[in-house]
Amino acid sequence: MSANKESWGSRVGLILAMAGNAVGLGNFLRFPVQAVQNGGGAFIIPYLVCFLVMGIPLLWIEWSMGRFGGKFGHHSTPFIVDTMGKNRMWKYIGVFGIWTNIAVAAYYCYLESWTLSYMMHSVMGSFNGLDQNGVAEFFNHYVNLDTSTTGIPYEPIVFFVICLLMNTFILSQGLAKGVERVAKIGMPLLILFGIFLAYRGFTITAGEQGAINDSSVGLNFLWTPNYDQLWSPSVWLAAAGQIFFTLSVGMGTIHCYASYVRSKDDIALNAMSAGWMNEFVEVVLGGAILIPISIGYLGIDRVTELVQLGGLGLGFKTLPYLFFQWGPVLGAISGVMWFGLLFFAGITSSLAMGTPWIGFLQDEFNWKRKPAAWSFGLIVFLLGMPTVLFFNYGVFDEYDYWAGTVSLVVFALLESILFAWVFGINKGWREITSGSDIKVPNIYKFIIKFITPALLLWVFLGSLFTPKGGDWGAALSGNWVLDNGSIIKKLMNSGLKEQLAAATDPAQIAQLEETMFFVNASRTLLVLVFLSIAALVYIAYKKRVREGRI
Amino acid sequence: MNASALVIMLITLISVTGITIYFFSLVLRTPPKPEPDSYLNNDDEVERQVHV
Repeated sequence: MSANKESWGSRVGLILAMAGNAVGLGNFLRFPVQAVQNGGGAFIIPYLVCFLVMGIPLLWIEWSMGRFGGKFGHHSTPFIVDTMGKNRMWKYIGVFGIWTNIAVAAYYCYLESWTLSYMMHSVMGSFNGLDQNGVAEFFNHYVNLDTSTTGIPYEPIVFFVICLLMNTFILSQGLAKGVERVAKIGMPLLILFGIFLAYRGFTITAGEQGAINDSSVGLNFLWTPNYDQLWSPSVWLAAAGQIFFTLSVGMGTIHCYASYVRSKDDIALNAMSAGWMNEFVEVVLGGAILIPISIGYLGIDRVTELVQLGGLGLGFKTLPYLFFQWGPVLGAISGVMWFGLLFFAGITSSLAMGTPWIGFLQDEFNWKRKPAAWSFGLIVFLLGMPTVLFFNYGVFDEYDYWAGTVSLVVFALLESILFAWVFGINKGWREITSGSDIKVPNIYKFIIKFITPALLLWVFLGSLFTPKGGDWGAALSGNWVLDNGSIIKKLMNSGLKEQLAAATDPAQIAQLEETMFFVNASRTLLVLVFLSIAALVYIAYKKRVREGRI
Repeated sequence: MNASALVIMLITLISVTGITIYFFSLVLRTPPKPEPDSYLNNDDEVERQVHV
């Protein structure tokens, strides 16, 4: 018998935990950058369309798969998917739902630990008096593990360990007393902090406190629609990709949380409520902070440059400097709110990443909650240390690309096929609508069967064969040259090889060669972790056969 | 702000906020199902027990 007898404390707690799982750092750092890079206000059209035809169906699919698996006592994807398809290989596809979480948690907890550390530095006034380059250098020193202003040796490692201990302790307290309690505190605080910063983002006046632009300049930059870009497949691909990352679909966390819901209870309304809550945080709050504040103080040209470096650069290298333009007290408060908001966004997601592994050990090997949680902490520590120690050698990015990007698309594609075509859309539809507190529109039966898998296939193929510079026009007219960002070229390390061929400085060549080594080593490590989990699934399967449970 | 940016922004912000509030309020207004349900906190509420 499984040692897993957990339950959620309340319906609102479950929804907040699910919303917290979805709301992550990407809501504040990735969404606004994606919007700016893909047509401004026009990006929101493909984004919302993808939410309606891909995001919501995937939420319903994953919630109902989870609740269905829970009926048989399964709380992780390998055996949840195993109950839905006759082919024995499905459980190995389900390995993605554990592997992705462990691999993502390994670098995500490090990222989360930055927010914890930056909260402390905001209170200490470490950024007070620094110019923008000073704040950027602070970040560079931080990730290089150089001496910090606190004098704590190896401060990033200390904060990484603190962050992991917090995650592990909360996970060890169980669903209702740990995960749900944090979500009930963290989500309202996150929204409160977000509203305060959004208000600041909407009320910047040129000439006051060092601002060079009114808020309206930044908001214009973000929301002015460029309708020409609406016809670009790259924009649609970016919108579909953003929907993946923001909803945490294709990870296995939603299945795990939903597996604790009884079959007579609603999932359709729960999924809608949690999903739209995530959209509120992303579009309404996320769109009102990073870009309007940055443009208010730095101008469009500088922000356009910074946007090319991604949201992390703006969030950690720029905003702390801008907050202190509001004075030391408001600067410190805003810094605590910004990094506090990111921290709550992060921890509610990383806690979700721990639950599939814990559920798996409880179900299959009768582990108690506490040792299972501590084993998760230990694995994430061991797998995460390379991202801390070799951050500048691309280890962090490599984990993010394979586990946090490609894997989500692959698993979501396969689970949508499993649900709609192998399990069957009629049985699947019954699972979605059973116990539902809302009328699920019938059109979604068609969308889930045809549109969602087709869109997912397109996203996967588009990522596999991305044309150079995202120029689909040239590609479709016969000149299909692969971009270095495509999965195939990435696998071949083409971008790195090109840089290496062009480099003349011996120091740069040595750095690139080391990067190549660490990139390949990271991939090998990730593959080994996947194979180890697959081996555990095989052992669990054999154990089930021995015990007559199959 | 220019008109097209303002229109897109307002429509988006108002619709997303409105739909979020609508679904969350629906969750709060929907009466829970009789015991045994999925949630621990209401297990002892006498009026929700099923009488056989």
